[in-house]
Amino acid sequence: MRDAFVKKLNEKAADDPSIMLLVGDLGFGVVADFGDTYPKQFLNCGVAEQSMVGIAAGMAASGRRPFVYSIANFPTLRPLEQIRNDICYHGLSVTIVSVGAGLAYGSLGYTHHAVEDISILRSLPGMRVFSPADALECSAAVDEILATPGPAYLRLGKNREPLVNPTQPDLSRGEPILIRDGSDVTLIAAGPIITQALEVAELLAPTGVSVRVVSCPVIKPLNAEAIRSVAEGTVGIVTLEEHTILGGFGSAVLEGFAVRGWRTPILPLGLEDAATHIMGSQEWIRERAGLATPYVQQRVATFAEENA
Amino acid sequence: MQSIELARRARISALTMCSTSGASHIGAALSVIDILAVLYGHVADVAPHRTDDPARDIVLVSKGHSASGVYAVLAHAGYFPLEWLDDYYLDGSHLGGHVTAHGNPGVELSTGALGHALPFGVGRALVDKLDGIDRRVFVVLSDGECAEGSNWEAALMAAHHCLGNVTVIIDRNRLQILGRTEDVLGLEPFADKWRAFGWEVDEIDGHDHVQLTEALRVRSNRPRVIVANTTKGKGVDFMEDKVEWHTLVPTADHLALALAQLQTNTTEVQA
Repeated sequence: MRDAFVKKLNEKAADDPSIMLLVGDLGFGVVADFGDTYPKQFLNCGVAEQSMVGIAAGMAASGRRPFVYSIANFPTLRPLEQIRNDICYHGLSVTIVSVGAGLAYGSLGYTHHAVEDISILRSLPGMRVFSPADALECSAAVDEILATPGPAYLRLGKNREPLVNPTQPDLSRGEPILIRDGSDVTLIAAGPIITQALEVAELLAPTGVSVRVVSCPVIKPLNAEAIRSVAEGTVGIVTLEEHTILGGFGSAVLEGFAVRGWRTPILPLGLEDAATHIMGSQEWIRERAGLATPYVQQRVATFAEENA
Repeated sequence: MQSIELARRARISALTMCSTSGASHIGAALSVIDILAVLYGHVADVAPHRTDDPARDIVLVSKGHSASGVYAVLAHAGYFPLEWLDDYYLDGSHLGGHVTAHGNPGVELSTGALGHALPFGVGRALVDKLDGIDRRVFVVLSDGECAEGSNWEAALMAAHHCLGNVTVIIDRNRLQILGRTEDVLGLEPFADKWRAFGWEVDEIDGHDHVQLTEALRVRSNRPRVIVANTTKGKGVDFMEDKVEWHTLVPTADHLALALAQLQTNTTEVQA
Protein backbone atom coordinates (compact mmCIF):
# COMPACT_ATOMS: atom_id res chain seq x y z
CA MET A 1 0.00 0.00 0.00
CA ARG A 2 2.82 2.42 0.76
CA ASP A 3 4.37 1.63 -2.63
CA ALA A 4 0.99 2.28 -4.23
CA PHE A 5 0.86 5.62 -2.44
CA VAL A 6 4.29 6.73 -3.62
CA LYS A 7 3.59 5.46 -7.15
CA LYS A 8 0.34 7.39 -7.28
CA LEU A 9 1.96 10.53 -5.92
CA ASN A 10 4.70 10.17 -8.53
CA GLU A 11 2.09 10.12 -11.30
CA LYS A 12 0.22 13.09 -9.86
CA ALA A 13 3.37 15.13 -9.27
CA ALA A 14 4.26 14.88 -12.95
CA ASP A 15 1.22 16.99 -13.81
CA ASP A 16 0.98 19.06 -10.68
CA PRO A 17 4.14 20.91 -9.60
CA SER A 18 2.37 22.12 -6.45
CA ILE A 19 2.53 18.62 -4.95
CA MET A 20 5.25 18.30 -2.32
CA LEU A 21 6.35 15.22 -0.41
CA LEU A 22 7.76 16.00 3.04
CA VAL A 23 9.27 13.17 5.05
CA GLY A 24 10.53 12.97 8.60
CA ASP A 25 13.63 10.97 7.66
CA LEU A 26 11.58 7.82 7.13
CA GLY A 27 10.72 5.75 4.08
CA PHE A 28 14.04 4.04 3.30
CA GLY A 29 13.75 2.41 -0.12
CA VAL A 30 10.27 3.89 -0.58
CA VAL A 31 10.59 7.62 -1.16
CA ALA A 32 14.00 7.84 -2.85
CA ASP A 33 12.53 7.55 -6.35
CA PHE A 34 10.19 10.43 -5.75
CA GLY A 35 13.05 12.57 -4.46
CA ASP A 36 15.21 11.68 -7.46
CA THR A 37 12.46 12.38 -9.98
CA TYR A 38 11.15 15.57 -8.36
CA PRO A 39 13.97 17.08 -6.30
CA LYS A 40 12.13 20.41 -6.04
CA GLN A 41 9.01 18.67 -4.75
CA PHE A 42 10.72 16.59 -2.10
CA LEU A 43 11.96 17.66 1.32
CA ASN A 44 13.42 15.60 4.13
CA CYS A 45 12.66 17.64 7.23
CA GLY A 46 14.73 15.44 9.53
CA VAL A 47 13.48 13.85 12.72
CA ALA A 48 11.47 16.96 13.56
CA GLU A 49 7.77 16.37 13.09
CA GLN A 50 6.47 19.57 14.71
CA SER A 51 8.62 21.67 12.43
CA MET A 52 7.72 19.45 9.44
CA VAL A 53 3.98 19.97 9.89
CA GLY A 54 4.38 23.70 10.50
CA ILE A 55 6.52 23.92 7.36
CA ALA A 56 3.86 22.01 5.41
CA ALA A 57 1.23 24.49 6.61
CA GLY A 58 3.42 27.41 5.51
CA MET A 59 3.92 25.78 2.11
CA ALA A 60 0.17 25.24 1.74
CA ALA A 61 -0.40 28.92 2.56
CA SER A 62 1.93 29.64 -0.36
CA GLY A 63 -0.16 27.47 -2.70
CA ARG A 64 1.61 24.11 -2.45
CA ARG A 65 -0.15 20.75 -1.86
CA PRO A 66 2.12 19.10 0.73
CA PHE A 67 1.91 15.44 1.74
CA VAL A 68 3.60 14.84 5.09
CA TYR A 69 4.80 11.24 5.27
CA SER A 70 6.02 9.31 8.26
CA ILE A 71 5.20 6.17 10.19
CA ALA A 72 2.71 5.31 12.91
CA ASN A 73 2.12 8.19 15.34
CA PHE A 74 5.03 10.37 14.28
CA PRO A 75 3.14 12.54 11.77
CA THR A 76 -0.08 12.61 13.81
CA LEU A 77 0.21 12.62 17.57
CA ARG A 78 3.66 14.21 17.89
CA PRO A 79 2.71 17.34 15.89
CA LEU A 80 -1.00 17.21 16.78
CA GLU A 81 -1.17 20.87 17.78
CA GLN A 82 0.46 21.92 14.50
CA ILE A 83 -2.15 19.86 12.63
CA ARG A 84 -4.95 21.41 14.68
CA ASN A 85 -3.84 25.06 14.76
CA ASP A 86 -1.67 25.57 11.71
CA ILE A 87 -3.52 23.31 9.24
CA CYS A 88 -7.14 22.81 10.35
CA TYR A 89 -7.75 26.24 11.94
CA HIS A 90 -6.61 27.81 8.68
CA GLY A 91 -8.32 25.22 6.44
CA LEU A 92 -5.06 24.52 4.60
CA SER A 93 -4.64 21.75 2.04
CA VAL A 94 -2.09 19.56 3.80
CA THR A 95 -2.36 15.77 3.78
CA ILE A 96 -0.93 13.80 6.67
CA VAL A 97 0.11 10.30 5.62
CA SER A 98 0.87 7.66 8.21
CA VAL A 99 2.20 4.28 7.18
CA GLY A 100 1.92 1.28 9.49
CA ALA A 101 -1.64 1.71 10.70
CA GLY A 102 -2.80 -0.27 13.67
CA LEU A 103 -0.43 -3.02 14.74
CA ALA A 104 1.52 -3.20 11.47
CA TYR A 105 4.77 -2.47 13.29
CA GLY A 106 3.84 -5.04 15.93
CA SER A 107 7.26 -6.16 17.11
CA LEU A 108 8.55 -2.60 17.37
CA GLY A 109 6.29 -2.11 20.37
CA TYR A 110 3.48 0.17 21.49
CA THR A 111 5.40 3.38 20.66
CA HIS A 112 5.06 2.34 17.00
CA HIS A 113 1.44 1.18 17.08
CA ALA A 114 -1.03 3.63 15.52
CA VAL A 115 -4.19 2.68 17.37
CA GLU A 116 -5.72 6.00 18.46
CA ASP A 117 -5.14 8.07 15.30
CA ILE A 118 -8.62 7.75 13.77
CA SER A 119 -10.34 8.96 16.94
CA ILE A 120 -8.03 11.91 17.34
CA LEU A 121 -7.71 13.01 13.73
CA ARG A 122 -11.39 12.72 12.89
CA SER A 123 -12.27 15.08 15.75
CA LEU A 124 -10.32 17.90 14.12
CA PRO A 125 -12.40 20.47 12.20
CA GLY A 126 -12.54 19.92 8.46
CA MET A 127 -10.16 16.98 8.56
CA ARG A 128 -11.08 14.23 6.08
CA VAL A 129 -10.03 10.74 7.14
CA PHE A 130 -9.21 7.90 4.72
CA SER A 131 -8.34 4.35 5.71
CA PRO A 132 -7.90 2.31 2.52
CA ALA A 133 -8.01 -1.49 2.58
CA ASP A 134 -5.74 -2.12 -0.39
CA ALA A 135 -3.54 -0.46 -2.99
CA LEU A 136 -6.51 0.38 -5.23
CA GLU A 137 -8.41 2.14 -2.47
CA CYS A 138 -5.19 3.95 -1.55
CA SER A 139 -4.82 5.19 -5.09
CA ALA A 140 -8.47 6.27 -5.13
CA ALA A 141 -8.00 8.09 -1.83
CA VAL A 142 -5.10 10.13 -3.24
CA ASP A 143 -7.26 11.08 -6.23
CA GLU A 144 -10.07 12.12 -3.95
CA ILE A 145 -7.79 14.07 -1.60
CA LEU A 146 -6.35 16.05 -4.49
CA ALA A 147 -9.76 16.66 -6.06
CA THR A 148 -10.93 18.69 -3.06
CA PRO A 149 -9.05 21.35 -1.08
CA GLY A 150 -8.63 21.13 2.69
CA PRO A 151 -6.87 19.03 5.29
CA ALA A 152 -6.79 15.25 4.97
CA TYR A 153 -5.45 12.24 6.80
CA LEU A 154 -4.45 9.10 4.91
CA ARG A 155 -3.96 6.03 7.07
CA LEU A 156 -1.94 3.40 5.25
CA GLY A 157 -1.15 -0.20 6.12
CA LYS A 158 2.33 -1.40 5.39
CA ASN A 159 2.86 -3.15 2.10
CA ARG A 160 1.73 -6.05 -0.07
CA GLU A 161 -1.77 -6.24 1.37
CA PRO A 162 -3.92 -8.53 -0.80
CA LEU A 163 -6.15 -6.69 -3.27
CA VAL A 164 -9.82 -6.89 -2.34
CA ASN A 165 -11.08 -4.57 -5.10
CA PRO A 166 -11.10 -5.68 -8.75
CA THR A 167 -10.56 -2.10 -9.98
CA GLN A 168 -9.93 1.32 -8.47
CA PRO A 169 -13.14 2.41 -6.71
CA ASP A 170 -14.63 5.89 -6.84
CA LEU A 171 -14.50 7.51 -3.41
CA SER A 172 -15.97 10.86 -4.38
CA ARG A 173 -19.21 10.26 -2.50
CA GLY A 174 -17.55 8.43 0.38
CA GLU A 175 -19.64 5.35 -0.29
CA PRO A 176 -18.71 2.03 1.28
CA ILE A 177 -17.69 -0.70 -1.16
CA LEU A 178 -19.39 -4.08 -1.29
CA ILE A 179 -16.61 -6.67 -1.42
CA ARG A 180 -18.50 -9.92 -0.81
CA ASP A 181 -22.26 -10.28 -0.72
CA GLY A 182 -24.15 -12.02 2.06
CA SER A 183 -27.63 -11.91 3.52
CA ASP A 184 -27.53 -12.24 7.32
CA VAL A 185 -25.11 -9.73 8.77
CA THR A 186 -23.02 -6.85 7.38
CA LEU A 187 -19.37 -6.77 8.44
CA ILE A 188 -17.79 -3.42 7.58
CA ALA A 189 -14.03 -3.03 7.88
CA ALA A 190 -11.96 0.13 7.69
CA GLY A 191 -8.46 -0.64 6.47
CA PRO A 192 -6.40 -3.72 5.58
CA ILE A 193 -8.00 -5.74 8.37
CA ILE A 194 -10.72 -6.42 5.80
CA THR A 195 -8.79 -9.57 4.83
CA GLN A 196 -9.78 -10.93 8.21
CA ALA A 197 -13.42 -10.00 7.62
CA LEU A 198 -13.26 -12.04 4.41
CA GLU A 199 -11.81 -15.01 6.32
CA VAL A 200 -14.65 -14.73 8.83
CA ALA A 201 -17.23 -14.73 6.02
CA GLU A 202 -15.59 -17.79 4.47
CA LEU A 203 -15.54 -19.69 7.76
CA LEU A 204 -19.12 -18.78 8.71
CA ALA A 205 -20.67 -19.66 5.35
CA PRO A 206 -20.76 -23.42 5.95
CA THR A 207 -22.34 -22.82 9.39
CA GLY A 208 -25.32 -21.12 7.77
CA VAL A 209 -24.37 -17.53 8.59
CA SER A 210 -24.10 -15.47 5.44
CA VAL A 211 -21.83 -12.44 5.96
CA ARG A 212 -21.84 -9.39 3.69
CA VAL A 213 -18.33 -7.89 3.70
CA VAL A 214 -17.98 -4.18 3.05
CA SER A 215 -14.96 -1.88 2.94
CA CYS A 216 -15.31 1.68 4.20
CA PRO A 217 -12.19 3.66 3.33
CA VAL A 218 -13.80 7.08 3.87
CA ILE A 219 -14.29 7.49 7.61
CA LYS A 220 -14.83 11.25 7.47
CA PRO A 221 -17.01 12.66 6.06
CA LEU A 222 -18.93 9.47 6.82
CA ASN A 223 -21.66 8.63 4.34
CA ALA A 224 -24.11 7.21 6.88
CA GLU A 225 -26.95 6.95 4.34
CA ALA A 226 -24.83 4.80 2.03
CA ILE A 227 -23.70 2.63 4.94
CA ARG A 228 -27.31 2.11 5.92
CA SER A 229 -28.28 1.12 2.42
CA VAL A 230 -25.34 -1.24 1.93
CA ALA A 231 -26.49 -3.07 5.08
CA GLU A 232 -30.12 -3.25 3.98
CA GLY A 233 -31.73 -6.67 4.36
CA THR A 234 -29.25 -7.87 6.99
CA VAL A 235 -29.91 -7.93 10.74
CA GLY A 236 -27.33 -5.30 11.54
CA ILE A 237 -23.76 -4.06 11.26
CA VAL A 238 -20.53 -5.25 12.83
CA THR A 239 -17.63 -2.82 12.35
CA LEU A 240 -14.03 -3.99 12.39
CA GLU A 241 -10.92 -1.89 12.78
CA GLU A 242 -7.36 -2.30 13.98
CA HIS A 243 -7.74 0.62 16.33
CA THR A 244 -9.17 1.36 19.75
CA ILE A 245 -12.95 1.09 19.86
CA LEU A 246 -12.97 4.44 21.71
CA GLY A 247 -13.82 7.02 19.08
CA GLY A 248 -12.71 5.07 16.02
CA PHE A 249 -14.53 3.95 12.88
CA GLY A 250 -17.17 2.00 14.81
CA SER A 251 -17.89 5.08 16.92
CA ALA A 252 -18.25 7.14 13.77
CA VAL A 253 -20.89 4.72 12.46
CA LEU A 254 -22.69 4.64 15.82
CA GLU A 255 -22.75 8.45 15.93
CA GLY A 256 -23.89 8.68 12.31
CA PHE A 257 -26.81 6.35 12.97
CA ALA A 258 -27.74 7.66 16.44
CA VAL A 259 -28.04 11.31 15.38
CA ARG A 260 -30.42 10.23 12.61
CA GLY A 261 -32.51 8.14 14.98
CA TRP A 262 -31.78 4.92 13.13
CA ARG A 263 -32.06 1.87 15.34
CA THR A 264 -29.97 -0.57 13.34
CA PRO A 265 -28.09 -2.93 15.70
CA ILE A 266 -24.37 -2.08 15.55
CA LEU A 267 -21.49 -3.91 17.20
CA PRO A 268 -18.10 -2.15 17.08
CA LEU A 269 -15.08 -4.46 17.18
CA GLY A 270 -11.60 -3.15 17.79
CA LEU A 271 -8.94 -2.94 20.44
CA GLU A 272 -9.86 -2.62 24.08
CA ASP A 273 -8.73 0.42 26.08
CA ALA A 274 -5.33 -0.87 27.12
CA ALA A 275 -1.78 -0.28 25.98
CA THR A 276 -0.29 -3.54 24.81
CA HIS A 277 2.93 -4.57 26.49
CA ILE A 278 3.40 -7.66 24.37
CA MET A 279 5.76 -7.79 21.44
CA GLY A 280 5.16 -9.80 18.32
CA SER A 281 3.97 -9.77 14.75
CA GLN A 282 0.78 -8.05 13.72
CA GLU A 283 -1.00 -11.43 13.57
CA TRP A 284 0.34 -12.51 16.91
CA ILE A 285 -0.78 -9.35 18.72
CA ARG A 286 -4.17 -9.43 16.98
CA GLU A 287 -4.68 -12.87 18.46
CA ARG A 288 -3.85 -11.75 21.98
CA ALA A 289 -5.82 -8.51 21.65
CA GLY A 290 -9.02 -10.36 20.71
CA LEU A 291 -8.91 -9.27 17.09
CA ALA A 292 -7.90 -12.58 15.52
CA THR A 293 -10.20 -14.35 13.09
CA PRO A 294 -11.69 -16.98 15.47
CA TYR A 295 -12.65 -14.30 17.97
CA VAL A 296 -14.22 -12.04 15.35
CA GLN A 297 -15.96 -15.06 13.84
CA GLN A 298 -17.56 -15.90 17.19
CA ARG A 299 -18.67 -12.30 17.83
CA VAL A 300 -20.20 -12.01 14.37
CA ALA A 301 -22.01 -15.37 14.71
CA THR A 302 -23.45 -14.42 18.11
CA PHE A 303 -24.47 -10.98 16.82
CA ALA A 304 -26.27 -12.58 13.85
CA GLU A 305 -28.08 -15.01 16.11
CA GLU A 306 -29.10 -12.45 18.73
CA ASN A 307 -30.50 -10.05 16.17
CA ALA A 308 -32.12 -12.59 13.87
CA MET B 1 2.59 58.37 10.25
CA GLN B 2 6.02 58.01 11.86
CA SER B 3 6.56 54.67 13.55
CA ILE B 4 7.12 56.40 16.91
CA GLU B 5 3.71 58.03 16.73
CA LEU B 6 2.19 54.77 15.49
CA ALA B 7 3.63 53.01 18.55
CA ARG B 8 2.38 55.72 20.92
CA ARG B 9 -1.15 55.54 19.59
CA ALA B 10 -1.05 51.72 19.64
CA ARG B 11 0.03 51.77 23.30
CA ILE B 12 -2.90 54.01 24.20
CA SER B 13 -5.29 51.76 22.31
CA ALA B 14 -3.91 48.48 23.71
CA LEU B 15 -4.15 49.79 27.28
CA THR B 16 -7.70 50.99 26.68
CA MET B 17 -8.69 47.71 25.01
CA CYS B 18 -7.37 45.55 27.85
CA SER B 19 -8.84 47.76 30.55
CA THR B 20 -12.27 48.05 28.92
CA SER B 21 -12.66 44.38 28.05
CA GLY B 22 -10.94 42.84 31.07
CA ALA B 23 -8.15 41.21 29.06
CA SER B 24 -4.64 40.24 30.21
CA HIS B 25 -1.24 40.42 28.51
CA ILE B 26 -0.86 44.19 28.41
CA GLY B 27 2.78 43.87 29.50
CA ALA B 28 3.61 41.72 26.48
CA ALA B 29 1.75 44.08 24.13
CA LEU B 30 3.61 47.16 25.38
CA SER B 31 6.87 45.25 25.08
CA VAL B 32 6.45 44.35 21.40
CA ILE B 33 4.65 47.42 20.04
CA ASP B 34 7.80 49.25 18.91
CA ILE B 35 8.97 46.19 16.97
CA LEU B 36 5.58 45.90 15.27
CA ALA B 37 5.32 49.62 14.57
CA VAL B 38 8.68 49.60 12.79
CA LEU B 39 7.85 46.41 10.87
CA TYR B 40 4.39 47.39 9.69
CA GLY B 41 5.26 51.10 9.62
CA HIS B 42 8.21 51.12 7.24
CA VAL B 43 10.43 48.04 7.08
CA ALA B 44 8.25 45.18 5.85
CA ASP B 45 7.01 45.50 2.27
CA VAL B 46 3.36 45.39 3.28
CA ALA B 47 0.44 47.78 3.05
CA PRO B 48 -3.27 47.75 3.85
CA HIS B 49 -4.23 47.69 0.16
CA ARG B 50 -1.85 44.80 -0.60
CA THR B 51 -2.80 42.14 1.95
CA ASP B 52 -3.39 39.60 -0.85
CA ASP B 53 -0.45 40.65 -3.00
CA PRO B 54 1.66 37.52 -3.58
CA ALA B 55 4.78 39.67 -3.56
CA ARG B 56 4.16 41.18 -0.12
CA ASP B 57 6.47 40.40 2.77
CA ILE B 58 5.09 38.00 5.36
CA VAL B 59 4.91 39.17 8.98
CA LEU B 60 4.10 36.46 11.51
CA VAL B 61 3.56 37.19 15.18
CA SER B 62 4.26 34.03 17.12
CA LYS B 63 3.55 35.55 20.52
CA GLY B 64 -0.20 35.48 19.95
CA HIS B 65 -0.94 36.74 23.45
CA SER B 66 0.26 40.19 22.44
CA ALA B 67 -2.94 40.45 20.36
CA SER B 68 -4.05 43.81 21.75
CA GLY B 69 -0.75 45.32 20.60
CA VAL B 70 -0.88 43.64 17.19
CA TYR B 71 -4.46 44.73 16.50
CA ALA B 72 -3.80 48.25 17.75
CA VAL B 73 -0.79 48.66 15.43
CA LEU B 74 -2.73 47.21 12.47
CA ALA B 75 -5.75 49.43 13.05
CA HIS B 76 -3.65 52.59 13.42
CA ALA B 77 -1.69 51.57 10.31
CA GLY B 78 -4.97 51.42 8.39
CA TYR B 79 -5.52 47.65 7.99
CA PHE B 80 -8.99 47.75 9.51
CA PRO B 81 -11.29 50.30 11.16
CA LEU B 82 -10.24 51.69 14.53
CA GLU B 83 -13.77 50.98 15.79
CA TRP B 84 -13.01 47.25 15.70
CA LEU B 85 -10.69 47.85 18.64
CA ASP B 86 -13.67 48.91 20.78
CA ASP B 87 -14.99 45.32 20.76
CA TYR B 88 -11.66 43.64 21.44
CA TYR B 89 -12.10 40.42 23.47
CA LEU B 90 -15.86 40.97 23.74
CA ASP B 91 -18.68 38.67 22.57
CA GLY B 92 -18.89 38.47 18.79
CA SER B 93 -15.73 40.48 18.15
CA HIS B 94 -13.43 39.96 15.17
CA LEU B 95 -10.57 40.36 17.56
CA GLY B 96 -9.88 37.68 20.14
CA GLY B 97 -7.43 37.57 22.99
CA HIS B 98 -4.87 35.81 20.81
CA VAL B 99 -3.82 36.84 17.30
CA THR B 100 -6.49 35.61 14.88
CA ALA B 101 -6.20 35.68 11.11
CA HIS B 102 -9.78 34.88 10.14
CA GLY B 103 -11.47 38.04 8.91
CA ASN B 104 -8.65 40.30 10.04
CA PRO B 105 -6.68 41.92 7.20
CA GLY B 106 -2.94 42.01 7.75
CA VAL B 107 -2.83 39.00 10.05
CA GLU B 108 -1.10 36.12 8.24
CA LEU B 109 -1.39 33.38 10.88
CA SER B 110 -3.53 32.72 13.92
CA THR B 111 -1.30 32.10 16.90
CA GLY B 112 -1.74 31.65 20.61
CA ALA B 113 -0.14 28.30 21.28
CA LEU B 114 3.56 29.12 21.31
CA GLY B 115 6.26 27.88 18.96
CA HIS B 116 4.09 27.75 15.82
CA ALA B 117 5.02 30.71 13.62
CA LEU B 118 8.68 29.95 12.96
CA PRO B 119 8.10 26.51 11.35
CA PHE B 120 5.21 28.03 9.35
CA GLY B 121 7.44 30.91 8.26
CA VAL B 122 10.21 28.51 7.26
CA GLY B 123 7.65 26.70 5.06
CA ARG B 124 6.73 29.95 3.33
CA ALA B 125 10.38 30.94 2.94
CA LEU B 126 11.28 27.54 1.46
CA VAL B 127 8.60 27.94 -1.22
CA ASP B 128 9.85 31.45 -2.03
CA LYS B 129 13.38 30.13 -2.36
CA LEU B 130 12.24 27.29 -4.65
CA ASP B 131 10.26 29.72 -6.78
CA GLY B 132 12.94 32.41 -6.82
CA ILE B 133 10.64 34.96 -5.19
CA ASP B 134 12.58 37.70 -3.46
CA ARG B 135 10.50 38.65 -0.49
CA ARG B 136 11.07 38.43 3.23
CA VAL B 137 9.48 36.50 6.05
CA PHE B 138 9.58 38.21 9.46
CA VAL B 139 8.74 36.18 12.56
CA VAL B 140 8.27 37.89 15.91
CA LEU B 141 8.96 35.57 18.84
CA SER B 142 8.80 36.11 22.55
CA ASP B 143 11.81 35.08 24.61
CA GLY B 144 9.79 32.81 26.92
CA GLU B 145 8.46 30.86 23.96
CA CYS B 146 11.98 29.92 22.94
CA ALA B 147 11.58 27.08 25.43
CA GLU B 148 9.35 25.44 22.79
CA GLY B 149 11.41 22.84 20.92
CA SER B 150 9.56 23.45 17.65
CA ASN B 151 11.43 26.76 17.32
CA TRP B 152 14.77 25.01 17.45
CA GLU B 153 13.64 22.32 14.98
CA ALA B 154 12.72 25.10 12.57
CA ALA B 155 15.94 26.99 13.35
CA LEU B 156 17.88 23.92 12.17
CA MET B 157 15.88 23.82 8.93
CA ALA B 158 16.30 27.54 8.22
CA ALA B 159 20.08 27.30 8.68
CA HIS B 160 20.37 24.04 6.75
CA HIS B 161 18.62 25.60 3.76
CA CYS B 162 20.44 28.97 4.12
CA LEU B 163 17.15 30.86 4.31
CA GLY B 164 18.44 34.41 4.12
CA ASN B 165 14.83 35.47 3.50
CA VAL B 166 13.94 34.66 7.12
CA THR B 167 14.36 37.24 9.87
CA VAL B 168 13.37 36.47 13.44
CA ILE B 169 12.89 39.27 15.93
CA ILE B 170 12.87 38.21 19.56
CA ASP B 171 11.07 40.41 22.05
CA ARG B 172 13.67 39.88 24.77
CA ASN B 173 11.91 41.34 27.80
CA ARG B 174 13.25 38.69 30.16
CA LEU B 175 9.90 38.08 31.85
CA GLN B 176 7.35 35.32 31.52
CA ILE B 177 4.18 34.42 33.42
CA LEU B 178 5.69 33.17 36.65
CA GLY B 179 9.01 34.96 36.76
CA ARG B 180 12.20 36.04 35.02
CA THR B 181 13.16 33.92 32.02
CA GLU B 182 16.56 33.22 33.54
CA ASP B 183 14.92 31.92 36.73
CA VAL B 184 12.20 29.85 35.03
CA LEU B 185 14.26 28.15 32.31
CA GLY B 186 17.43 30.03 31.50
CA LEU B 187 18.08 31.00 27.88
CA GLU B 188 21.53 32.54 28.23
CA PRO B 189 23.89 32.54 26.45
CA PHE B 190 20.93 33.24 24.20
CA ALA B 191 22.61 34.93 21.22
CA ASP B 192 25.31 32.24 21.22
CA LYS B 193 22.67 29.53 21.00
CA TRP B 194 21.35 31.07 17.78
CA ARG B 195 24.90 31.51 16.46
CA ALA B 196 25.61 27.86 17.20
CA PHE B 197 22.50 26.98 15.17
CA GLY B 198 24.01 28.78 12.18
CA TRP B 199 22.10 32.05 12.41
CA GLU B 200 23.45 35.57 12.04
CA VAL B 201 22.71 37.45 15.26
CA ASP B 202 22.19 41.11 15.99
CA GLU B 203 21.47 42.52 19.45
CA ILE B 204 19.78 45.88 19.76
CA ASP B 205 17.56 48.10 21.91
CA GLY B 206 14.09 46.91 20.94
CA HIS B 207 12.47 50.25 21.72
CA ASP B 208 14.86 52.35 19.63
CA HIS B 209 13.19 52.80 16.26
CA VAL B 210 16.44 53.78 14.52
CA GLN B 211 18.24 50.66 15.75
CA LEU B 212 15.22 48.50 14.91
CA THR B 213 14.99 49.93 11.40
CA GLU B 214 18.69 49.50 10.67
CA ALA B 215 18.84 45.96 12.05
CA LEU B 216 15.68 44.86 10.23
CA ARG B 217 16.84 46.27 6.90
CA VAL B 218 20.04 44.20 6.83
CA ARG B 219 19.88 41.31 4.34
CA SER B 220 22.08 38.25 4.55
CA ASN B 221 22.54 34.92 2.84
CA ARG B 222 21.82 33.23 6.16
CA PRO B 223 18.79 33.44 8.43
CA ARG B 224 19.05 36.38 10.79
CA VAL B 225 17.84 36.80 14.33
CA ILE B 226 17.55 40.15 16.04
CA VAL B 227 17.57 39.89 19.80
CA ALA B 228 15.62 43.03 20.63
CA ASN B 229 16.19 43.89 24.26
CA THR B 230 12.94 45.26 25.56
CA THR B 231 11.12 46.14 28.75
CA LYS B 232 7.89 44.40 29.48
CA GLY B 233 5.18 47.01 30.10
CA LYS B 234 7.25 49.65 28.28
CA GLY B 235 5.88 53.19 28.46
CA VAL B 236 3.96 52.91 31.72
CA ASP B 237 6.28 53.25 34.70
CA PHE B 238 4.34 51.12 37.17
CA MET B 239 4.07 48.27 34.65
CA GLU B 240 7.67 48.29 33.43
CA ASP B 241 9.63 45.11 34.18
CA LYS B 242 6.91 43.86 36.53
CA VAL B 243 6.06 40.18 36.23
CA GLU B 244 2.43 40.66 37.32
CA TRP B 245 1.54 42.80 34.28
CA HIS B 246 1.60 39.73 32.10
CA THR B 247 -1.60 38.68 33.80
CA LEU B 248 -3.25 41.65 35.52
CA VAL B 249 -6.01 43.68 33.92
CA PRO B 250 -5.59 47.47 34.18
CA THR B 251 -8.37 49.09 36.24
CA ALA B 252 -9.89 52.43 35.26
CA ASP B 253 -7.47 54.14 37.67
CA HIS B 254 -4.48 52.31 36.19
CA LEU B 255 -5.66 53.30 32.73
CA ALA B 256 -5.97 56.98 33.63
CA LEU B 257 -2.46 57.03 35.12
CA ALA B 258 -1.02 55.15 32.13
CA LEU B 259 -2.65 57.37 29.53
CA ALA B 260 -1.40 60.48 31.33
CA GLN B 261 2.15 59.14 31.04
CA LEU B 262 1.80 58.37 27.36
CA GLN B 263 0.50 61.91 26.70
CA THR B 264 3.50 63.33 28.62
CA ASN B 265 5.91 61.22 26.61
CA THR B 266 4.56 62.71 23.39
CA THR B 267 5.52 66.16 24.56
CA GLU B 268 9.05 64.95 25.22
CA VAL B 269 9.30 63.36 21.81
CA GLN B 270 7.99 66.50 20.12
CA ALA B 271 10.35 68.70 22.13
